[in-house]
Amino acid sequence: MAERAALEELVRLQGERVRGLKQQKASAEQIEEEVAKLLKLKAQLGPDEGKQKFVLKTPKETLTGKYGEDSKLIYDLKDQGGELLSLRYDLTVPFARYLAMNKLTNIKRYHIAKVYRRDNPAMTRGRYREFYQCDFDIAGQFDPMIPDAECLEIMCEILRSLQIGDFLVKVNDRRILDGMFAICGVPDSKFRTICSSVDKLDKVSWEEVKNEMVGEKGLAPEVADHIGDYVQQHGGISLVEQLLQDPELSQNKQALEGLGDLKLLFEYLTLFGIADKISFDLSLARGLDYYTGVIYEAVLLQTPVQAGEEPLGVGSVAAGGRYDGLVGMFDPKGRKVPCVGLSIGVERIFSIVEQRLEATEEKVRTTETQVLVASAQKKLLEERLKLVSELWNAGIKAELLYKKNPKLLNQLQYCEEAGIPLVAIIGEQELKDGVIKLRSVASREEVDVPREDLVEEIKRRTSQPFCIC
Amino acid sequence: MAERAALEELVRLQGERVRGLKQQKASAEQIEEEVAKLLKLKAQLGPDEGKQKFVLKTPKGTRDYSPRQMAVREKVFDVIISCFKRHGAEVIDTPVFELKETLTGKYGEDSKLIYDLKDQGGELLSLRYDLTVPFARYLAMNKLTNIKRYHIAKVYRRDNPAMTRGRYREFYQCDFDIAGQFDPMIPDAECLEIMCEILRSLQIGDFLVKVNDRRILDGMFAICGVPDSKFRTICSSVDKLDKVSWEEVKNEMVGEKGLAPEVADHIGDYVQQHGGISLVEQLLQDPELSQNKQALEGLGDLKLLFEYLTLFGIADKISFDLSLARGLDYYTGVIYEAVLLQTPVQAGEEPLGVGSVAAGGRYDGLVGMFDPKGRKVPCVGLSIGVERIFSIVEQRLEAELLYKKNPKLLNQLQYCEEAGIPLVAIIGEQELKDGVIKLRSVASREEVDVPREDLVEEIKRRTSQPFCIC
Repeated sequence: MAERAALEELVRLQGERVRGLKQQKASAEQIEEEVAKLLKLKAQLGPDEGKQKFVLKTPKETLTGKYGEDSKLIYDLKDQGGELLSLRYDLTVPFARYLAMNKLTNIKRYHIAKVYRRDNPAMTRGRYREFYQCDFDIAGQFDPMIPDAECLEIMCEILRSLQIGDFLVKVNDRRILDGMFAICGVPDSKFRTICSSVDKLDKVSWEEVKNEMVGEKGLAPEVADHIGDYVQQHGGISLVEQLLQDPELSQNKQALEGLGDLKLLFEYLTLFGIADKISFDLSLARGLDYYTGVIYEAVLLQTPVQAGEEPLGVGSVAAGGRYDGLVGMFDPKGRKVPCVGLSIGVERIFSIVEQRLEATEEKVRTTETQVLVASAQKKLLEERLKLVSELWNAGIKAELLYKKNPKLLNQLQYCEEAGIPLVAIIGEQELKDGVIKLRSVASREEVDVPREDLVEEIKRRTSQPFCIC
Repeated sequence: MAERAALEELVRLQGERVRGLKQQKASAEQIEEEVAKLLKLKAQLGPDEGKQKFVLKTPKGTRDYSPRQMAVREKVFDVIISCFKRHGAEVIDTPVFELKETLTGKYGEDSKLIYDLKDQGGELLSLRYDLTVPFARYLAMNKLTNIKRYHIAKVYRRDNPAMTRGRYREFYQCDFDIAGQFDPMIPDAECLEIMCEILRSLQIGDFLVKVNDRRILDGMFAICGVPDSKFRTICSSVDKLDKVSWEEVKNEMVGEKGLAPEVADHIGDYVQQHGGISLVEQLLQDPELSQNKQALEGLGDLKLLFEYLTLFGIADKISFDLSLARGLDYYTGVIYEAVLLQTPVQAGEEPLGVGSVAAGGRYDGLVGMFDPKGRKVPCVGLSIGVERIFSIVEQRLEAELLYKKNPKLLNQLQYCEEAGIPLVAIIGEQELKDGVIKLRSVASREEVDVPREDLVEEIKRRTSQPFCIC
């Protein structure tokens, strides 16, 4: 590590040397010599340093502008002589590219696919380099806040249906944040970095956040305090109305726009019947640069340990917001297509659901097979093959063991392990009588069913709730 | 416009000037001066010039899927997945990239078509080329001895895509495989049954499944006198028989690949044959072929296979075809390929195959290549050519709230017609007073007032009818 730091310092010094020579207009030879030394040093650091990063075929600055400093986490493909390619980092930028490319002015679409980030994955925290994103977006110029409200409704619907516990959706607005920082006296240049400090309020105390802003980021203490007066507030539509009356905030045009839109949003959310799940939270200041209006984040609430305690959020399971400027960055004529959307954090939800299943020891079936075609005696493979294909042709999910003469016990065990509820047993006597013995794996009851009624009987039994076969 | 053209010409000339000076190793001062002039000229052209031109496109050989294409895709996958599930398959997923070393050495000369990831300081990675090698890696890694699984995912090949023929660099593969040591040919027969079931359910026309066996091919080449070293290349010539005539294939083998003409003729006697179980039995009696141990094994297995296929009721769709010699090196036993049949132009003409829509075979040695102890896990499987099926289906084919506070009813009805929405629930002031919603069928234009509390029930009832005769 120390070695690397020393190397990096050498690179820095040599870079300065080269710059100095160029400034002094030293001879081209000398400059070339020192540049060569610089490249050698950089090469020792490893292939990451010094190379131009290309992403898709767009100007470097366009995409750097989307992902900010996360750009270094993009996977590039090797230059094999053709176009320079990279793996997608999210689904939003591809969506904007798709809209611009097809000159679409409106669409309501979802997209579920994997995305790729060269994170340093802390596996235990469920951070992977390849993971699913699950996006829903509405693009188009519409009357204000209706699609935004629907996005929030969808988020609530999904989280409710997944039954992973109680949740809360925090809502804020980029313009309110920016307006608030402006009236508090935050210098423009510090906006983004103060944003990221404020965003930590869901995990750490105000004291710590203030210390970071003042101590590390050089914000004046009184400015920090002023921010503190606002960002520690959260509430419902009444907070929106209160801030609309705030003497300072109401002087700021941006903040007023944001507050006005949030008021309208809350009215729609009330009509949707979900206003009780929504909290206007001034500390919500999510990372991505491309949000332009409302932003929201859903968190699961941990059950309070003691009655009377407020529930703690334990991490985001969904998030989103409005981003009106992104498509315009792709369109050659800069045509804007306003967008609002949400992303469900499915990987987190997968782990929660998996944890729950383990805890309840509920058996999860990995197949949907309804009946195993079996035989108790030897030389009945032919009959099993005939019967199983009859069942497949009737649309029944059926299997057979790939053995010419399997033992009945093994076949029954296979059913128990796989959770197959029924066994259709072929026997010589039964064949003569024109029946199949249908056995319920759970109850172990057997009944002889005429061959021509078998399909019907299996369908009847498997269509019952919880397949009490 | 002329002004711009003149400016562009000046930029071009100045650029050449700078290049010239650099070549002549003129002084840094002079170069800097001319570069500054160049930049000034470029700036005059306006903000478009001088900036990287960016083209809005997907990478070569790839495409976006529009909502309409996704609808087709979803329907096709539905049919396929239902079939896999009907046969008791589990599903797995693997990462889109594998360690480069995992993929090395598995694809023969196709290896040059593999996409590598840039070396960014970590593991060397490549995008998966198919789903079979990841499957083998998964089995070996998890020490599994048997599994029946399907896997539907995109794979990546740096082909030179002839777009019109539907060859992409990123495309879906749809695999089903049975791994494990079982009694012979039962899983192999089930794979063929699944292929037939799927192609039937997709209703894309009549099809034929050609079947052959690696051991029969190898045995046949041996008795015909093909040198070992030419086996693979003669294989690929023979494989073309489905597209070109025997004359052309023979010319290629003799003229380009240096095969003795009598050897080629001998091959020709065999590879132009195709038929059912009777051909298998005939070849089992063939004086030469029956002397070859490999060929005998292959023929014996095919005989058993045909018996099982007859019990499954699909033998009429299967053709034992000695010219089937599919590319991949890892097949070890039975191989098969399904082709769609074009309707004959004139009665009496034999239907022509127009391209493969599914294929597969047995590959017993692959997992052993991954297992540290070389433990073998026999596998047999199939792959559905969904991209071809998508284009075929695409070719055949062609309740909501509008985000306007006061939309025109006509616009809303038009929206329904365009999107194929069958019902409209119309809210009106009088109806609100009466506690009803006007439910309108888009197709029939009939409207009926439904009490608000019955609306959900009524919509569910109507939409559950077949073909939604709403």
